Amino acid sequence: MNAGKTDAIIIGAGWAGAILAKELTEAGLSVTVLERGDDRATAVEGDYPGSIDELRGAIRHRLFQNLSQTTVTIRNTIGQVAVPYRRLAAFLPGEGVGGAGLHWSGVHFRVAPDDLALRSNVIARYGRNFIPEGMNLQDYDVTYEELEPFFDKAEKVFGTSGEPHTIKGKIAGKGNTFAPDRSDAFPLPAMKDVYSASLFKTAAANVGYHPYSLPAANASAPYTNPYGAQMGPCNFCGYCSGYDCYMYSKASPNVNILPALRQDPKFTLITKAHVLKVNLDSDRKKATGVTYLDLRTNRQVSLDADLVIISAFQFHNVHLMLLSGIGRPYDPIANTGTVGRNFVYQTITTSRAWLPSTHYTNLFVGAGGAGVAIDDFNSMNFDHGPLGFVGGSPVWVNQAGAKPIAAAIGGPGGKAPTWGEGYKDAMVETYRHSLTIDAHGSNMAYRDVYLDLDPTYTDAYAQPLLRMTFTWKDNDIRMNQYVVSRIEPIMKEMGATRYSLAKLETGELFDTRRYQTTHLGGGAVMGADPKTSAVNRYLQSWDVPNVFVIGASAFPQGMGYNPTGMVAALAYWSAYHIRTIYLKNPGPMVQA
Amino acid sequence: MKHRAFRPATILGTAALLLLAHLPQAHAEGSDNPVARGHYVADASDCSACHTVKGGPPFAGGMAFKLPMGSIYSSNITPDPTHGIGAWSEAEFARAVREGVRRDGTSLYPAMPFPSYARISDSDMHALYVYFMKGVQPVARATPAADIPWPLSMRWPMSVWKTVFAPAVQSAQQDVNRPFPDPAIARGAYLVEGPGHCGACHSPRGLALQEKALSGSAGTLFLSGGAPIDGFVPTSLRQDRRTGLASWSEDDIVAFLSTGRNRKGESFGGMTNAIVHGTQHLTPEDLHAMARYLLTLGPSHPAAPAWHYDPAAAAELQRGDATARGARLYVDHCAACHRTDGKGYAPVFPPLAGNPVIMSDQPDSLVHVVQSGAALPGTARAPSAFVMPAYGRMLSPQQIADVVTFIRAAWGNNAPPVDAATVAELQKSAPPPVLDGKPVPLN
Repeated sequence: MNAGKTDAIIIGAGWAGAILAKELTEAGLSVTVLERGDDRATAVEGDYPGSIDELRGAIRHRLFQNLSQTTVTIRNTIGQVAVPYRRLAAFLPGEGVGGAGLHWSGVHFRVAPDDLALRSNVIARYGRNFIPEGMNLQDYDVTYEELEPFFDKAEKVFGTSGEPHTIKGKIAGKGNTFAPDRSDAFPLPAMKDVYSASLFKTAAANVGYHPYSLPAANASAPYTNPYGAQMGPCNFCGYCSGYDCYMYSKASPNVNILPALRQDPKFTLITKAHVLKVNLDSDRKKATGVTYLDLRTNRQVSLDADLVIISAFQFHNVHLMLLSGIGRPYDPIANTGTVGRNFVYQTITTSRAWLPSTHYTNLFVGAGGAGVAIDDFNSMNFDHGPLGFVGGSPVWVNQAGAKPIAAAIGGPGGKAPTWGEGYKDAMVETYRHSLTIDAHGSNMAYRDVYLDLDPTYTDAYAQPLLRMTFTWKDNDIRMNQYVVSRIEPIMKEMGATRYSLAKLETGELFDTRRYQTTHLGGGAVMGADPKTSAVNRYLQSWDVPNVFVIGASAFPQGMGYNPTGMVAALAYWSAYHIRTIYLKNPGPMVQA
Repeated sequence: MKHRAFRPATILGTAALLLLAHLPQAHAEGSDNPVARGHYVADASDCSACHTVKGGPPFAGGMAFKLPMGSIYSSNITPDPTHGIGAWSEAEFARAVREGVRRDGTSLYPAMPFPSYARISDSDMHALYVYFMKGVQPVARATPAADIPWPLSMRWPMSVWKTVFAPAVQSAQQDVNRPFPDPAIARGAYLVEGPGHCGACHSPRGLALQEKALSGSAGTLFLSGGAPIDGFVPTSLRQDRRTGLASWSEDDIVAFLSTGRNRKGESFGGMTNAIVHGTQHLTPEDLHAMARYLLTLGPSHPAAPAWHYDPAAAAELQRGDATARGARLYVDHCAACHRTDGKGYAPVFPPLAGNPVIMSDQPDSLVHVVQSGAALPGTARAPSAFVMPAYGRMLSPQQIADVVTFIRAAWGNNAPPVDAATVAELQKSAPPPVLDGKPVPLN
């Protein structure tokens, strides 16, 4: 069945899709957003107190992808047989309107400018030979200065709480001394530091580091954004990650953009629409629209459009490009093709300190985006020369609220018993008197870490699953081990009665059974060279110029920072250039 | 407040200015087009709130009004010649709107606020007629017959009612032309008393359900608060210090009428329809005019003490003392949004301290919002919708009585307690729980 034509089709109703839909309707285009999950509203998902039912929520994955319909296969190395990821654990892609932007925590960073040109910066500082064999280190082909207005716009839409370091070159607050200059203040003051974060702040400063309060898309006060959308203030209940915020305080496409978009007659949202492929014309240089499966009727529908925006979750973007034949699939043996190349993740390890029983950290308190961090070991902020690795990690106390079931499953940590009275006593001590410190680090790209179509397994719609070939590499393990070693002085300074330092072990393989982070990246990266990037600096497909691919899929490396702020800025950056350049003269915006 | 239509009057004397001020016209921004002007008058008159069923074709009628003696239904007022008003002359249309007389000479039920619409000016009435004839799509759908049993179904007593209680059009129009301090206030009075028909809900009614006062010239009963409608109690819109608008500024009133929310409170119940269908579409100039007029209405209870914030309840809660009746329930269910100090986080979460709805002698509205929840839909100028959950799902009548008593007593509100029997009685008239309504606000 053909459903006619719209000016632009947007695939996926998460942050990137909502931003592009808002921008393109503002430009006067008729826009149809296709979302394979359900529509979602705070009125329903945030209906208190059912909204904070942990069993139904984060434990049974209420807002996450339904793996019984489609998933990925995973293997560590080429030569192994990949098997399907059947239980959500290591990473948690979202599903439904809002996408991962509905269940995220809210840590809202910009970018470390050096990370945007990491290859050039590493070579300039340490020489070409510093880059290990097999590491596909690349630049984004966009600068922080170019992106700054779009970081600023995204923060104003998200209602981000934070403290600046400099604004227009002048010291403006006690924010991150390593943060790049800003054109304007955060729209809201920083979230308050919970007790554990304030202890970390003092201790980190005492040992010579530069702590700052995390920028958070958790509103520290009531807020009205430029679209007129309103947020309530966060009450530190701790139900951010995995939940729809019942206080309307955590930024989401649902709270911050869709209220305005839904009023626009040029905007159409179709849910339960699973896109099977982007349709191309006969010479595969132009997209004509998409074919989707209407999950309510089980019928295929084709919808035509002049412009197709692929803005689903990172690996869905890559999957859809491969299924549609957009760009050349990456082949790690021949080292050709770009789609699936530079698949990246993040390294994250969580260390714990126990404080005297007079110190109540009360881990149930928290906010997903709030906390205190140091950037002394992130990006190019320290001397890698004697250390011999590329990359780095911010380090932080991000007390996001430990929910009872998750805390019990995680256990009391240390050498405590795993059951019985000893377990309970230790659990009480940990829940009341401990705090965690994360090393939330980068992950570089490697020639033999990539995405392609699985040769064996198909999804419920008879399409091949996406295959992940991924494991930890020595460079990133050594980076993590070094940064974790730098946490130890903070633990001592805080007066910890005991502490455990968690780090990646040498030779450790990626284990899908344990939660790491949902910050997957790459696979359809941006860059200046069509041989090593799938999209140009405007996130336009090199091969099919009326297709734009927006998301963390564009990241050439996994950065130390949380990705959402960068995704939102890239979405606004791309949309701005679609509006100002592409729509006036459709075609390639960068000549290959 | 400058009014562009009156600018030439500045060179005239005061008397002439007031005279001009009494020729109110709806002024859809920059429009001489009578269809557009009529559309604006229809918005100002909130026609669609009753004549358009949610999700149905505009103005096709059929909305039920459940009365003790049976149900009546709003009419099809589209220009369909058979089922609507397409065959009506302008005079017949004006007679129905202003006098409640149908084309066949029988009477309309005064659910139609013709005692207020009697004040609508000739030019607005003309624009309204043109709009309904040319700007609305005809819909061939019969209006359901009222299911009121005989003899109550006879409409002739309505003629008697009208003779006694409804104003003659001439005197209503004369009242519109009474003197006002300035043209904006005159314009505001016209909108509030006439098309806006605020008094239909916010003025008290007599034994025969007639409004006891139809304009500001008829004494302090006008807009002094009405009887419950669908369970909710319309508040006083006069300068009553505890139960009226004494603490609201002009901008507060404008924000409320424009967006359903301000720093003092949020809309619920029938007022939300009035805002969504009506006032949100008015120009800022007209909203300011309405606000300025409302601010001229003196208190109906001038002896009532002013509200002053009392920090005692907040201090108790903040030192962990939740022993007051209902305090623990308040902390567990309400304080996350409305705060222990009762000040809320306006405009998202309204303050409870000093809120006229809460200090009313009648606890109906507060009880209903607690037990059924409330949904504030988005408007054009404030697109976000907000929903308060329905606590009737988890709290017993006793618990609701306790928490409502706490809210009514705390922060200087000093309103009388509520007992479980009252809550149980009010449950019979409770609106459906908020998420049972369709569509659910998406936000």
